[in-house]
Amino acid sequence: MTTQHVSVTVNGTRHEADVEPRLLLVHLLRDVLGLTGTHIGCDTSHCGACTVLVDGTSAKSCALLAVQANGAQITTIEGMEQAGKLHPLQQAFWDQHGLQCGFCTPGMIVESSWLLAQNPDPTEQEIREGISGNLCRCTGYVNIVKAIQQAAAELRAAPEASAGSAGVAAR
Amino acid sequence: MIPAQFDYVRPSDLPDALRILKEREGEAKVLSGGYSLIPLLKLRLAQPGLLVDIRDVSGLDGIVETAGELVVGGRATHRQIQLDPVVAARYPLLRDAAGGIGDPQVRNWGTIGGSCAHADPSADWPAVLIAARATIVCRSADGRRTVPAREFFLDTFVTAIEPTEILTEVRIPRPADRSGGAYEKIERKAGDFATAASAVQLRLGPDGRIAEVGIGLTAVAETAFAATEAERVLAGNAPSEALFRQAGEAAAAQSRPSADGHGPAEYKRAMAAEMTVRALRRATARALGQA
Ligand SMILES: Cc1cc2nc3c(=O)[nH]c(=O)nc-3n(C[C@H](O)[C@H](O)[C@H](O)COP(=O)(O)OP(=O)(O)OC[C@H]3O[C@@H](n4cnc5c(N)ncnc54)[C@H](O)[C@@H]3O)c2cc1C
Ligand code: FES
Ligand code: FES
Repeated sequence: MTTQHVSVTVNGTRHEADVEPRLLLVHLLRDVLGLTGTHIGCDTSHCGACTVLVDGTSAKSCALLAVQANGAQITTIEGMEQAGKLHPLQQAFWDQHGLQCGFCTPGMIVESSWLLAQNPDPTEQEIREGISGNLCRCTGYVNIVKAIQQAAAELRAAPEASAGSAGVAAR
Repeated sequence: MIPAQFDYVRPSDLPDALRILKEREGEAKVLSGGYSLIPLLKLRLAQPGLLVDIRDVSGLDGIVETAGELVVGGRATHRQIQLDPVVAARYPLLRDAAGGIGDPQVRNWGTIGGSCAHADPSADWPAVLIAARATIVCRSADGRRTVPAREFFLDTFVTAIEPTEILTEVRIPRPADRSGGAYEKIERKAGDFATAASAVQLRLGPDGRIAEVGIGLTAVAETAFAATEAERVLAGNAPSEALFRQAGEAAAAQSRPSADGHGPAEYKRAMAAEMTVRALRRATARALGQA
């Protein structure tokens, strides 16, 4: 079986690799590119720990092949911080204790960034619906919701803070 | 979990995609959103030799209303349908269903064509298309054919589509005045497949009676199906709570659920009845402009 060439831009940096078509995007990120911030929780496309943005659209990277992402701009949790400063969502998860073990957090933050790009002023119900594809077995979600509310307020006040290193407007 | 090996191509137009499916018949499989197929590949429940990714095939993801129909491209995502302004204005049945499928990531990637071709008995689109009396357009290298939704879903994961065909369009009749539709779904938890769900599309006549009605049921048989007994109960009668109950009971009686993690068969049958009653109530209110 032949390999195929893929070219992806991850958090603003272009990467080239020759991969088997069966390689999952999450394995490209973690095993080939060494970006282990994206976690594998369930590996069955249910938990959302592996969530990344592909051309600005949130995706579970365990349900996507690396070859499907050929040519795409990808944002992972590593791309959220800007010049040594935490993204408002990262800071808010810290401030509001939006994590305990932290395993779900990368996917939760990336999905929340997509949610806030779609809807900068979500209600609590909209936030809960927005993270319904991301499971957390520690927190009970209460502080996660508070963290997203904090970040939403901050981003509305200073939208440039949401840039994200990939520089892709989420859609 | 790692899938077995396969080759992958991403043709850029429909003729090319159809030619490849024909040349590699027996080993090629269409890949759309991937949210059903890739989990299956990982479990090695499917081991195709070649995936034909239709992501770059243009013209497959439009949502366009003509004089008589809403034409939804096979590659339109659940989210596109959920957010479409024409759908929001005139096709509440579709909007109800789209917004309740899985979770945001699933709706971002999963497509209506993939959902129909996959034909999971718990998937939401099949019952919706049955209720709306939609037709499904399949294209192959040799031509194009149109299959009524009511003849498309044959069994669990079995449909009328051929392996050499691509589902290019779903065509939904444009509702006439005094029409209403609704989809009611019960699920164990957010983002889950249905335990039971009911899709209703109806039209009230000038006398206020139910002139036309379509009902499709999700997750309570080996495949989605038309609740024809319930449709018969309703047709020509004035809408009332008692009539809706009677129709719900008829829908439940026609369902053939099996026990699984979502609950025992009896419970699912009761939920088929209840979801049908709720969908009838809401569809009627919408037809009267009250919701
Ligand atoms: C966590 C989770 C929750 C979900 N919850 C729900 C839910 O509540 N309700 C629901 O309805 N669905 C649900 N789904 C399924 C989801 O909607 C799938 O995306 C959808 O059923 C399949 O669409 P797809 O585009 O991803 O198809 P793919 O996975 O790409 O393909 C599925 C099958 O269809 C074939 N196929 C795809 N497109 C075409 C085409 N245009 N022509 C011919 N054949 C084609 C493929 O060859 C394959 O056999 C869920 C999925 C997940 C992962
Ligand atoms: S690891 Fe991808 S959804 Fe759980
Ligand atoms: S903090 Fe442990 S899973 Fe969410």
